[in-house]
Amino acid sequence: MKRTPAPPHLRTLAILALAVVPAAGCKSEQRSFNETPPGATAFPAVQTTDIQAGPKTVDPSRGAYQENRWAVSQGSTLYEQFNCAGCHSPGGGGGMGPPLNDAEWIYGSDPENVYATIVEGRPNGMPSFRGRISNPQLWQLVAYVRSISGLTPKDTWSPRNDHMQEARPNRAARPQPQLP
Amino acid sequence: MRRPSALLAALLPALALAACGHRDLSAVDPAGPQAARIADLTWYLTIVGSAVFVVTVAFLLYALWRGHRRVENYSGEAAERHIHRWIYGAIGVTTLILLVTLIYNFTTGRALANFAEPDALTIRVTGHQWWWQVQYVDPVPSNRFETANEIHVPVGRRVRIEVQAADVIHSFWVPNLHGKVDLIPGYTNTTYFRADRAGVYHGRCAEFCGYQHARMDFLVIADPPAQFAAWYRNQLRSAPPPADSVQQVGQQVFLSTRCAMCHAVRGTDAGSHVGPDLTHLASRGTLAAGTLPNLRGSLGGWVLDPQSIKPGAYMPPNPLKPDELHALLSYLESLK
Repeated sequence: MKRTPAPPHLRTLAILALAVVPAAGCKSEQRSFNETPPGATAFPAVQTTDIQAGPKTVDPSRGAYQENRWAVSQGSTLYEQFNCAGCHSPGGGGGMGPPLNDAEWIYGSDPENVYATIVEGRPNGMPSFRGRISNPQLWQLVAYVRSISGLTPKDTWSPRNDHMQEARPNRAARPQPQLP
Repeated sequence: MRRPSALLAALLPALALAACGHRDLSAVDPAGPQAARIADLTWYLTIVGSAVFVVTVAFLLYALWRGHRRVENYSGEAAERHIHRWIYGAIGVTTLILLVTLIYNFTTGRALANFAEPDALTIRVTGHQWWWQVQYVDPVPSNRFETANEIHVPVGRRVRIEVQAADVIHSFWVPNLHGKVDLIPGYTNTTYFRADRAGVYHGRCAEFCGYQHARMDFLVIADPPAQFAAWYRNQLRSAPPPADSVQQVGQQVFLSTRCAMCHAVRGTDAGSHVGPDLTHLASRGTLAAGTLPNLRGSLGGWVLDPQSIKPGAYMPPNPLKPDELHALLSYLESLK
């Protein structure tokens, strides 16, 4: 049996379809301007345990931040501006506070756990930032903190600093998460 | 019927030019020696360029009109010499015009570059997405202070502007005083200017820098020396303490919520330099880099929801309760 070549219009269609493929990556850098309209609940209740009545519910916005490159990169800027780096060191290597770039999590590694750690504070030095950081910014910080140890999708890790400033030590090379 | 439409077409560019009539944002209404030189060069280039265009088009039209009428009797050595005279003449005139333009351009550039002075007033301007951080630099540390989006300069004194960028490339441009200077991340550029008459001059970011590039304005206010000195002394002061109980509540709101994470008010615990310094916010004319007039209403709207006023700005929305908001506004309005 002889295979007939595909008609030209089908080939054109196939090429066009291929050209659309890269567009699938567009959403990973998507950014919305108005994340919490004024008047909306600023600080939702944070769950500290897995035990709860009824089926487990997950905040739908959770994935949006964890898989978004913009959120991770903005989180890294806030990490420096809000002086998280003061205790956890730039890049999360740890100092006065525990390192964030390893696989060890004292208070859990789920986005909700990290969120709760920032909002509630933790014993031995971690202050509570309740009321001091807006909700979208908190989730951006969570996304960045989790990305340091490789818990967010690989395409959200920034290969380089987004800011074109003079090279700073500790930020040029991305720390490799030490997996168990 | 063709003539009116042609006339209209000729008038349209003139209409567009009429929109440039902001006196405080104009490169052809100079308020300093450098802007004057730039304006002179602009006029020279415009007039000479227009004259050359008109003459060239006139010759072209003449040639078209004359066309093939006299071609038949036009040959031989005399005709050749006649043509050559015109060609060499035109080349000579063109070269002369270009040479004069080159020399004029060069001397203007030299004059603009040689404006440095060692004891000029030094101001460090840092471009952020999308606002201007302004630091008055002085050898004596107690004479230094920081403000934002508003630069006061004394009339008649040379000012040295050191520009830096915190994130991306911006460009510092006050058309009434000088040309542009780019703000390059990781590099300090320097420019000098002098304002010769008192007034308020608009400045603008002149290099596309992201979502809100269009709302990244600032003011240069040239004050007479005595008035400038008074302004400088006031800016050096820390913020006044709250005068009444409402302002006191407002200060507590400022210090215990998100404001203090990014903004500084000298004299309080708020010392962050992520956003503009608010120590003397009420003394400034505009909010959010020239986006809003500095009024209580616009300040309230800006604090509550910056994203609907300047989408993409890095200030998050602040859902405050009405009484908290009013106390905060009263406190911010007291920061004169």
